[in-house]
Amino acid sequence: MPITYTSGEQIEVYRFSLPVTIGVPLLALFLQAFLPRRIFSIFDLPLLVTIFFAMARRNPVSGLFTGAAIGLAQDMLGPYPIGIYGIAKTVVGYGASSLGAKLDVENAGARLLVTLGFYLVHQAVFFTVARGMVNLTLNWSWSHGILAGLANGVVGMVLYFVLDKFKQRT
Amino acid sequence: MESVLGRYRNLTILVGVLFLQVLGLAVQVKRGADAEHTRLIRIWAVDAITPLEGVLVRVQNEANNLWHNYFFLRGVRAENRQLKEQIEQMRLEQVRLTEDAAQARRLQSLLAFKEQVVIKTVPAQVIGSSGSDLSRSIYIDKGSNQGIAQDMAVITAGGIVGKVLRVYPSTSLVLMINDQSSGVGVLLEKSRLQGVLRGTSDGELILERVMSDEHVVPGEPVLSSGGDQIFPKGFPVGTVSRVSPGKELFLNIKVHAAADLSRLEEVLVVTQKQEREAAVAEGGGKVRAADILAQRLPSVPDKPAVAPAAPGKIAGNSAGNAAGQGLGASAKPQPGGTSKPETGIGTVIGTRPPARSAPARLAPANTSAASPVVESGDIGASNSPRSPAGSNQAASGAESGSPSGPAKPTALPAKPSTTPSNPQPPITEDNPH
Repeated sequence: MPITYTSGEQIEVYRFSLPVTIGVPLLALFLQAFLPRRIFSIFDLPLLVTIFFAMARRNPVSGLFTGAAIGLAQDMLGPYPIGIYGIAKTVVGYGASSLGAKLDVENAGARLLVTLGFYLVHQAVFFTVARGMVNLTLNWSWSHGILAGLANGVVGMVLYFVLDKFKQRT
Repeated sequence: MESVLGRYRNLTILVGVLFLQVLGLAVQVKRGADAEHTRLIRIWAVDAITPLEGVLVRVQNEANNLWHNYFFLRGVRAENRQLKEQIEQMRLEQVRLTEDAAQARRLQSLLAFKEQVVIKTVPAQVIGSSGSDLSRSIYIDKGSNQGIAQDMAVITAGGIVGKVLRVYPSTSLVLMINDQSSGVGVLLEKSRLQGVLRGTSDGELILERVMSDEHVVPGEPVLSSGGDQIFPKGFPVGTVSRVSPGKELFLNIKVHAAADLSRLEEVLVVTQKQEREAAVAEGGGKVRAADILAQRLPSVPDKPAVAPAAPGKIAGNSAGNAAGQGLGASAKPQPGGTSKPETGIGTVIGTRPPARSAPARLAPANTSAASPVVESGDIGASNSPRSPAGSNQAASGAESGSPSGPAKPTALPAKPSTTPSNPQPPITEDNPH
């Protein structure tokens, strides 16, 4: 498995320009809302962007705030109370950046697995909050969750490859 | 303490951010689902996203129109011919359906049924979705500026789509019927079983609350029942696609939506609907309570020989006699209870086929006669042009033989016959002497 464990000094930390930092999440939110539901509803582009930024910056605080901001923006466009996606993506942002600080997740296979894992974490937190706090009648489906996670992982590999072009070395 | 916070700085910030969000969520949940307190922030988000979506949708539509209008005209002539043939077929079908509809309206009118009629709709274009796999909602390009309000029904030509969940100045968020938090009151068209239609996590539709001992077959149409006070009754919702035993004595019924919920482009928002009594198509004029009462009573053959004496007796005698004398007596002077010849008892009943006024129909008609009064009391439709309360009053007046029953607001031709001091002895069917 090409996931390498390295010390903090050995891992490269990236930063992004302000237009990319703001524009890419907004574009993801926009595409998520605009693309036809029939095909693209299974994908969670804001989640993929959250994972990417968090892993690239490798800073848990930065990651959790990125996740919170993107999640809350997604909540504002949806029908449910604001905060459900915010909480889920905050956890994912923190987890992805913490993982990125310890593991060098640069190749495609590792990214696929990491995306699948964080997708399931995201769904688990979302369902817990939605059912426990907001009392939404959501049904959990393992098959749907894993398939959607794999689909997001595949899309994530392509997306991360594109977004790698915007990375700037610190 | 400070060193502990410094050591677990990241974790502390995570807990703090999560706590704030949980707190905000709890406040929203406690305040209810009206979403008024988060309205402003949602407006900002929606206003930031939807204009761009609107522009892109219009560009996309223009490109599609250009393609279809100028470059994709092959086969139009053949299609035109097919459509004309289809129109001919549909005209034939329409004749039959018109007859059926007229008959249905007459029957509804007899029973004083209320029907919900869609009066006004606003067409809207779908410009986006909520952007989540777990919620099924769409944005449309019409908002409060165009008269859209919360909880309005959203439909297409195919069937119902959902309801307006949130309204912004120029856009609205529509919760579709296959969302997990959605619920629609429906009934099965043939078996008339009622249930609640809900969405699933996969975007499918499940019909709940149908007992397992009921017989439901795949392919049966599902209609809106009107019980949710949002969707008018009788709108197509979908068809039963699969039936299997469910949990706790209920059937697990999957429904295929009538409208293609994943390919919505244009929808109609029902901005105005009205509950009114079914109108009788024939005659054109208003039908009064006395007319309906007369239609429910058995018929008596016409007796032209005693024409001058009949009306006075009719007004002061039982309603059964009144209707009996009036039946088919269009050549006679109108009975005292009728004011206008075109809506009088004789005229209305005379236009009926003989089978309708046969005595065999008396029982169900009398049974149903009581129901409108109860129904109108519940609904409170007192502004109806033909109030059921008035119908009841007229009915009681006619049955008790009171001259102040249906005969009271008469016009001039009927007046002499309602005078109590009429010296001529009445000769009617039940009193030939």
